[in-house]
Order: sequence, then structure tokens, then C-alpha cells
Amino acid sequence: MHSRRDFLKTGGALVVSFGAVTGLNAQGPFDTHPSHIDPKKLDSWLAVGADGVITAYTGKCDFGQGIFTAQTQLVAEELGVSVARVKLIQCDTSITPDQGTTSGSQSTPTNFNAQSLGLAAATAREALLNLAADQLANPVDKLTIKDGVISSAEGKHISYGELLGGKHFNLPLNANAKRRSPAQWTLLGQPVPSLDRTALMTGQFEFVHSIRVPGMLHGRVVRPPGMGASVASVDERSVQQIPGFRKVVVRKNFVGVVAETQHAAERAARQLAVRWNLGPELPPQKSIFEHLQKQPSQDALAVDSGNVEQALAAANNVLRARYTYPYQMHGSVGASCAVADVKANQATIWSATQSVYPTRSVIAKLLDLPPDNVRVVYVRGSGCYGLNGADAVSFDAALLSHAVGRPVRLQFSRQDEMMWENLGAACVVEHRAALAPDGTIAVWDRENWVASLGNRPGYDRPGNVISGMLLGYEPEALKIGPAKPPAGKLRNQSNTVPSYFAGCINGACSGGGTIRAERALTHTVRSPFFTGPLRSPLRIQNTFATECFMDELSAQAKADPVEFRLRHLNDVRVIGVIQAAAKAAGWEPHSPSRPKTGVAIGRGIACVDYEGGNGYAALIAEVNVDMDTGLVHPTRFVVAVDCGPISNPDGLTNQTEGGILQGMSRALVEEVTWDNRRITSVDWQSYQSLHLDYDMPKVDVVFVAPENVPALGAGETAITVTPAAIGNAIFDATGARLRHLPFTPERVKAALAAR
Amino acid sequence: MKQIALRVNGRSFTVTVDPETPLLFVLNDDLGLRGPRFGCGMAQCGSCTVIMKGQLVRSCVMPVGKVGSNEITTLEGLGTPEKPHPIQQAFIDEGASQCGFCLSGVILTAKAVLDGKPQASDDEIRTALGGVLCRCFTHNRMLRAIRKYADANKQHALPA
Repeated sequence: MHSRRDFLKTGGALVVSFGAVTGLNAQGPFDTHPSHIDPKKLDSWLAVGADGVITAYTGKCDFGQGIFTAQTQLVAEELGVSVARVKLIQCDTSITPDQGTTSGSQSTPTNFNAQSLGLAAATAREALLNLAADQLANPVDKLTIKDGVISSAEGKHISYGELLGGKHFNLPLNANAKRRSPAQWTLLGQPVPSLDRTALMTGQFEFVHSIRVPGMLHGRVVRPPGMGASVASVDERSVQQIPGFRKVVVRKNFVGVVAETQHAAERAARQLAVRWNLGPELPPQKSIFEHLQKQPSQDALAVDSGNVEQALAAANNVLRARYTYPYQMHGSVGASCAVADVKANQATIWSATQSVYPTRSVIAKLLDLPPDNVRVVYVRGSGCYGLNGADAVSFDAALLSHAVGRPVRLQFSRQDEMMWENLGAACVVEHRAALAPDGTIAVWDRENWVASLGNRPGYDRPGNVISGMLLGYEPEALKIGPAKPPAGKLRNQSNTVPSYFAGCINGACSGGGTIRAERALTHTVRSPFFTGPLRSPLRIQNTFATECFMDELSAQAKADPVEFRLRHLNDVRVIGVIQAAAKAAGWEPHSPSRPKTGVAIGRGIACVDYEGGNGYAALIAEVNVDMDTGLVHPTRFVVAVDCGPISNPDGLTNQTEGGILQGMSRALVEEVTWDNRRITSVDWQSYQSLHLDYDMPKVDVVFVAPENVPALGAGETAITVTPAAIGNAIFDATGARLRHLPFTPERVKAALAAR
Repeated sequence: MKQIALRVNGRSFTVTVDPETPLLFVLNDDLGLRGPRFGCGMAQCGSCTVIMKGQLVRSCVMPVGKVGSNEITTLEGLGTPEKPHPIQQAFIDEGASQCGFCLSGVILTAKAVLDGKPQASDDEIRTALGGVLCRCFTHNRMLRAIRKYADANKQHALPA
């Protein structure tokens, strides 16, 4: 089988030979194969070698979520070849199409439906069949394909290599090319073992951390002591005697060192005498949510029926609740790393960025080079779960290499990573709702405050991450002002709109539910720290608040939480996952015993229509709560997931289990801390994560896979519902409602006391 | 700078480095090994784990000058892609990875524990993994792989 290691061997060879290229040819600095880049051209996506090997080019890269294997299956499936015959090349700005950022559960929707890579593969299959029809003097419908060989009924045959080997297709993508349906699949839909496995388990896998380039030096950065600090002075003499030290690099407030070895670079970074002017004090952690709610805000209304105040005024027993969600970290286990080779008029960066083209564009801006003279090659880093330090370290590596005129490998320290990453946003959600006499929700008003500073840098916003800000670039500004009335189609990208809302805008109702007196208002306010997408960005915060409040309403209605949800839903796919999870977990209405001491046992449910149509999940959590210590221990999860047709059930299970357990860690222990100047959760003692000694609960995964629907994202649905399901289970067990994450023993005990 | 002789994965090497250099940097930069990786530099996560004389060592905080003549085994020293060690094979069979960055800590810790006590219970194995971090949360598959390896090992250890 064609292993990931084999791919990397060739990938590595490509990289090295490129690094050795000097001088520019007339077409430009790189052999970028222009035909390989225009996404409308088939040759940009696929090539057939004389040996019959299919090389596929994708702009969606694998961080460990399994998309490399799934895309290989996709190409193999459409072309009727074995997985071993497909060589996938991912995210290299000189040879793969620009597919933006690999994020937001968009790889499957983008590449596995009737566009991009999936459509290219289908177009190629038809093109090869057409060529064979001529050669074999048979109509296409009399031909069959088996592992890259096309045969006619009378036994004539010709291989892909013979038909096209080494030549271009010279065809556009055909929007009408027919994708193979799940009913026809033989490779997609199979639990093909992830292609990186053997190399990973045997220590051979090439991470960006392992990239070595001839002549390479080592860098470290020296970050400020807190947000807003600026350089007063740098004394280079403080490090000049360190053996192997090469250079101190200062550009505005960016400070870095370069040395011959990592050890010397680390010593120099530690020893360098930098005087900093401190920035303004940070708002106190204990009142951060009140602080956020007082800030000027950029407002947006996702939905507003216009009558919520009236309906609430008319109701008795209005239920109100305020939910708060802390800053949390990506906290990649490997501190971010990149290698940059910047020459006079060209640059190559080996980067774990999720966004090779945007990163290329930003680096070109920082180095004042045309983007075409910069090549960004994706090499996997430590799992990122969103915008970790990968972009920042790539920018910084480019600056250091530029300053010394040699390739530089930059490795962040643990503190560089954790003190300066774009955190998962702190969030406040306030709900007001009331029940009608028939036990349905008559009105629900929902208002949230989101902390925001920076984001992904995109193609031209270096100031959205720390590196750019240190160079004097500003983060993208908020547009402070009131919300416009909702217009157009209901947009629910951040899951501010509960699935139970009718979601009516100017008479068109595309929400999943029945509640017609509805409002979802978001205030985005300036965060004291950088923020950015962290697996299920804002979706997890909003869903935690929504699904726990739904449970509160259910309790007020004295209803069963599953039945109460179904009472307010029209969306068949949300209903489908709830019913599937309830069935798999053996959910029946019950009356919890709620003991006063000892261990209380409970179960809770939460569900989501991710981003309004990009995947569905319902999760049932079973927990033990120690009534004496306040310790919460989940004992079992049952999840039902609907992401349409499933490319690789083993990969989906792995992502779903991992998502739930990561969500559990975030629900139970993860919280960023700070003092008046700086983030203080900067290592694995000060930022908690459930290590491998934690007695993890069993996770049962059930798939709901309807036919004839598009393939949807799946990496973020399950994590989105995890904190809410656990919170609801704690309530079921104890009668105590937890409205702030994480559910630490202290908070649980306080909630128990407040019952 | 000092010449230091090392025994790593059954081979001998001589490197000229500052003896204070963390072993990890020598393994990565001088020997070109990819298995042990920099996670935290503070012995808190396990990504840089190697085995030295049967003991688990966090190579990010072990000065290379202190290694002496002790044999070092890294993840790539257990087995090869063509012939993985049984514990590596168990991880392959169970698909016990996502990003895979943490695997040196997970696999080598489990192996060392089971080498010392083949009958170790799940609780004992987990306790030993207390200092190992997987942020993709592949915990359940990893524990399943380790159990599978341990059970197969126990059977082999039985007298014929």
C-alpha cells in the first residue's frame, strides 16, 4: 500500500530540490505549473502518470483529522482505482489549488460533493472513459473500469497510463460530471486505515518539527511580558558571548534571536536583556464577564420576530438565566514550529498553517515580496484544533530568516505558545423565555456577548495574530454600532439561533423549530487577549448556553428533556439524531433519586444543528457527581451523528470520540487564567487538560446516514454538544444547575449549596 | 563544546556539542531522529520520551552530557514500518492516533511499564501514563491498543 511515508519521501525530495534551485526562470521564480493552479481546470486537480499512478492535488490538509485518507479514497473511488494507486499532494502553494483555509468543518462539504476535488475526479473518470471509447471502439456504457484498466465486453482493454500517461487532460471541470452515489461506493464508505498510521507509530512521520534544510540556523522569539508592552531597549551585548550565537533581530516590538543550535538559541532568548514599557493593566479575571458586557459593541441580529418584549411582558413566570464561558486554549501538545528559507527575492516556508495561500500572502507582505515569489509548503504540526501558533511562528520564522539570509528553524517555547495564542473566546449568554399554558415555549429571547480581538490573518491581516501586532499592524477593527434588522436567509454559522426557533425573516422561516416569538442578538466586544477559531468556535459556547437553558425550560415544564426537545422541533435531521441517541442509550423518562451524600448519578442530553445545516449531533452523557467533594465524573457517552454520506466510518468514529473527550476536558478543567498584566496559564500545570491517566468514559457512536443528501462536516459537531450534555446530566443527578464552565468541584459545590 | 559518544537504537554516534544541550536536541538535530519531539521543554507532556536503561526519560530536560554510555531507545528504535514492534502494531491495528505528535510518550511509557510488570492492570497502566498528554484525546483507542498488546504479551509469557 502507498503509505503516507512514501508520499513524504517524494514530498521531501521535491522540497529539497526546490530549496536547491537558484536563479529565476522567465516564467517566474517557481515552476508553478499554471495549469495546476486554475481551479476550473482538471489538470489543476489530477494527473495520470505513465505508470497509472493518479496524482491528486488538494488545498485541504490533514492535521490528524483523517482528511488525507478520506480524500485519497474519494479520488480512488471516482476513478475506479485502488487506494494504493493514488498519490495525494496537499497544500503547497506551488502545486495545489488555492482552497483557502482548511477549517470550519468545510473540507468534506467542499471536496466531497459536486465541486472541487470530487467533481474533478468525476470529470477525469468521464474523460478517461471517453478516450477509451474511441480506442476500444465501444460506447462508454459498454465499458467497465477495474483498478485503472478500462475493458469492453468482448475483452479489449486499455489502462489509464496507456490512455493518458504523462499528458494533460486539457479539459475544464465538468459541472455535469456524475459523482458516484453512496450506493455504488466500494472504497468510500469503507473504514480504510488512516494512511499515516505506520509512519506515526514507528516514529518515521515527518512533522514540520522534523524539517531540516541545509545551512539551517535556529531561532527563538522573545515575547513581551504582556499585552500592549513595547520595546524600550535591547542590549545585544548580553548574549554575544554565547557560543553559537548569531544575531538579535528587532523589528518594532518583535524580538528574536538566531543561533547555530537550538540550545544556543534558547540560551540567548533566555539571557537577552530587553527592557519593556508595560502596556495597560488587564481587566480582573473575576469580573471579566461584567467587563465584557460593559464594552462598546458591534451588534448583529440573526433573527428578531419583533414581539419578544411584548410576549415576555404578557407572560408570567419568565425564566431568566445567564451563562458564561471562559477563555480556553488550543493548547497544542507540540509548541508551534516553522522553517523559513528567505533569499533576496524569494522565500520558502515549511509551515503547519491551515491556510497556505493566505499565509503566503501575509508573508509576502511582511517581506515586501510579490506573493508569487513566496512558496508555503504545508507540513503537519501538532494537532491544532483551529488557529494555534502555526501562522504566527511561520511569520516569525520568515522574519528571522530574512534578517540572517539563511534558512531558520523557529521553535516556540511552551510559554510563547500558550501566552500568545488566539484563544477560544470568552462569551456571555443571557436568556429570557416563558412557557405557554400548554407547556410549550411561548417566547425566547437570547442575547450574547462575545470577546473578540484578531482572528485568522487571512490574506492581508497580519495584525490579527501577535506577530503582526508586534510589527505594528492592527487587528481587524470591530464596527461598533447597533444591529441592522435581519434580512435575507437565516444565517446561523455561530449557532446563536437555537434549533427550536422558527427562524423567520420577513415571513420566510428556515429555523429548525416551532418558537415564533424569537430573538437572537449578538454583541461582539473587544477582548483584552487575542481570540480566534478554536474547534467549534462560538458554536460550543452558544450551544452550551442554549442546550442547558432548554433543559431549564424542560424542568420548569416538568417534562422529559428528550420529549420536550422533540415538542419544539420540525427539523427531521435534528429529530433523527435525538431519537437515535435516545434509543441507543435506552433513554426513558425517569425521576432521579438525587441523594444528599455519596455519589449521585444522572444523565443529560444536548443536540445541535451545526452551523445551521453542516452536520447534526445529539449526545447523551451519563455522569457521577460526588456530593461531598463536588467532583464530576462522566461514565458514558452515547452520541448520534448525521453528516450525510460517511467517507470513512473509522475516521469519523475517531474524530467523534476525540471531539467528545476533548469537549469533556474543556467542560471539566480547561480555563485560561491571568493576573493584572499577563496570561498565567502558560504550561500544563497552570492550564489543566485531562492527561492519559484520566479514567475516560466509554463512547458509543451511532451513525444516522440519510441518502441523497450532501456530505457534511463532522469534526466539530460532537464536541459542540459535550459541555451542555454534561451540565444537564449534573442537573439530573443533583438538581444543581451549572451555568459556568469549567465544572470544577468548587463550582459544583457552590451550585449544590445554592439549590 | 565536547565530543560525546552516544548509543542510540543500537548504533554508536559521536557528537560535538555543549554537554548541557538537552538530549532531545541532539536526537533531532544531530542524529536526525523524528520520534521524540519538543512539546513543552519542561517534562510536563511526554512528547520527547525516550527509554534509557529501561527507564523512561524526558529527553527535553536531560543534558546530553549526563547520558554517558547508557543505551537510548527512541520510538523508531522499537520497530520499523516493515516490521513494527508488537506494541506499535497494536497501535496501528487500533488506529490509536489522530495527529500523532504525542506517540513517543504514550507508546514508550506503556512499553516500559509492561516490560517491568507484564500483568499490569488498566489502572496501573493509566497511572503510569499520568504525565503523558494527548490533546486530540485519543485516550480510549490508545488504552485499547495497550491492553491488546499487554494481553498478547501475557499469553506469550506463559510457559509452553
